[in-house]
Amino acid sequence: MNLSNILKNTFLVILVSLAVSACASKKTSTTTLDSQIQGDVYTGTDTVEYLAKGVPDRVFFATNESILTTKSRDTLRKQAAWLRENPSVSVVVEGHADERGTREYNLALGERRANAAKDYLMTYGISADRISVISYGKERPVDSGSNPLSWSKNRRSVTVKAN
Amino acid sequence: MKIIKFFTFICIFFLLNISKSFSLIEVDITRGNLNPLPIAVSPLSQDNKSKKIFQKKISLDDLGSEIAAVIENNLKQSGLFNPLSKDAFLQKPDIAHLKPRFEDWSLIKAQALITGKVLIENDKLKVEFRLWDVLAAREMLALSFTTVPSNWRRVGHIITDKVYERLTGEKGYFDTRIIYVSEEGPKTQRIKKLAIMDQDGFNIKYLTLGNELVLTPRFNPTNQMVTYLSYFRNLPRVYLLDIETGTQEVAGDFPGMTFAPRFSPDGKKIIMSFAKDGNSDIYTMDIENRIVERITNHPSIDTSPSYSPNGKFITFNSDRSGFQQIYVMNSDGSNVKRISFGKGLYGTPVWSPRGDLIAFTKLHKGKFYIGVMRTDGKGERLLTENFYQEAPSWAPNGRVLIFYRETKTNDKGEGFSAKLWSIDLTGYNERMIKTEKDASDPSWSSLLSN
Repeated sequence: MNLSNILKNTFLVILVSLAVSACASKKTSTTTLDSQIQGDVYTGTDTVEYLAKGVPDRVFFATNESILTTKSRDTLRKQAAWLRENPSVSVVVEGHADERGTREYNLALGERRANAAKDYLMTYGISADRISVISYGKERPVDSGSNPLSWSKNRRSVTVKAN
Repeated sequence: MKIIKFFTFICIFFLLNISKSFSLIEVDITRGNLNPLPIAVSPLSQDNKSKKIFQKKISLDDLGSEIAAVIENNLKQSGLFNPLSKDAFLQKPDIAHLKPRFEDWSLIKAQALITGKVLIENDKLKVEFRLWDVLAAREMLALSFTTVPSNWRRVGHIITDKVYERLTGEKGYFDTRIIYVSEEGPKTQRIKKLAIMDQDGFNIKYLTLGNELVLTPRFNPTNQMVTYLSYFRNLPRVYLLDIETGTQEVAGDFPGMTFAPRFSPDGKKIIMSFAKDGNSDIYTMDIENRIVERITNHPSIDTSPSYSPNGKFITFNSDRSGFQQIYVMNSDGSNVKRISFGKGLYGTPVWSPRGDLIAFTKLHKGKFYIGVMRTDGKGERLLTENFYQEAPSWAPNGRVLIFYRETKTNDKGEGFSAKLWSIDLTGYNERMIKTEKDASDPSWSSLLSN
């Protein structure tokens, strides 16, 4: 069990560093300012709330994915820093999916997304016992629209104060 | 909560020497039926004494007509029969039940005729009915049932099952219930309750109050228990509910979310997904001794398990290939084989009660389909296409599927609704099933009486 966790975390770090380098080279590519979606991931701030000043509460995912984007990792590092400053705070990471999937698969996908965020917080020093996860699948959309922008806002994990 | 009332009935066979080779009428249910059989359902007759008692006991003026209406509606919904308008009936119900004037019935183009009689006997409701072959001018079936008067709708369903079986050669699916999730409120904050109703949408009862989110209820083989997912105290876990007593309990104390539950065909186990550290695998739990067995062990998402009717195999949903696909394995988890290879994503596999087909949801190019394939994955057939629909559940005879469908909202995010629909295996006869409120996650019971 322990070994598998260690392996998993190592794998995650490798994956993360790979993703960072991959994205670093892409950064210069054009970003259309009017678009709030980049590569299927929501980049706007419409629905975002804040745990503290400058600490966004949520990160967004591509369809069927649980990989953290550069921006998501940036957000989660801010959350980790804030959690380190507030050691008495525990959080619940809620994982969500959009409505374009079957209910049961989406529950599993939401759980996978919440854990992706949790694992990242842990690699930045937050103890597992301060972070619990819950998946809502597609049950709690934040935007009730039936279009790609609404769906991108709903594919998210949200860090919520538990106490 | 006493949902399923103890129900007894006695069948008396008036006539047993029914030979099928003799009858002229026969309904083929293996093809889309574009010429439903014209059938006359004569109102069931009742004498004045019984009429008064029914008025007093169940406040119905004309119980005979009410039961006939239940039968008529069932036959119509099946898509195989065309119940004729009563305005054209020439013979009085009581006389028709004794001896129909077949010329009169064939004049209005009826090929089959149902007659009957309701009466009170020792405080019990007694219903007699006969099925007649109009063209051959002979009786095909004659039965009688005795029950408590409040059970009158079920008598209508049982009669429909007998008629359906006699005319199609296959078991019916009318004396059954649907368990589902009743929904209301805005899309972002839906309130969901477990609900149960008769197959025709009547007798809706709510089994939970809506305080916590509930999803995916499924019957056990005897229809007395339901397993479902509840977010009670914000801990998503698989629960067991005894419909008769209303007792609810957590099924298996797992250190994480359990979901996607179903019963094994013998009713002894619950098969479900357990999610931990971002990975979902399939487990079973013995209800009696609570022994848990791990069935899959793979870093992908494994969910939506469903047993074959003989309990030897399990079909499930996994994204181990990179995307959601359907797999089949032995019930101990060995010999895992992918069976879906068409374009798109596949989910929610459910094994047919006949054992020969697996129904599924397919997502391809932004559309959702309900379809069926053979258990080796061959012979895929898509039955219906829509913006969003999923979660098929089989009627006990394996001829009809029920599922739910959600609407696309407008620019402002308004106009969301979720409804139950049914469709024949042939791809014909698609119908919405009316529910008081919005509805999703339907699960069909087995036949309540056999």
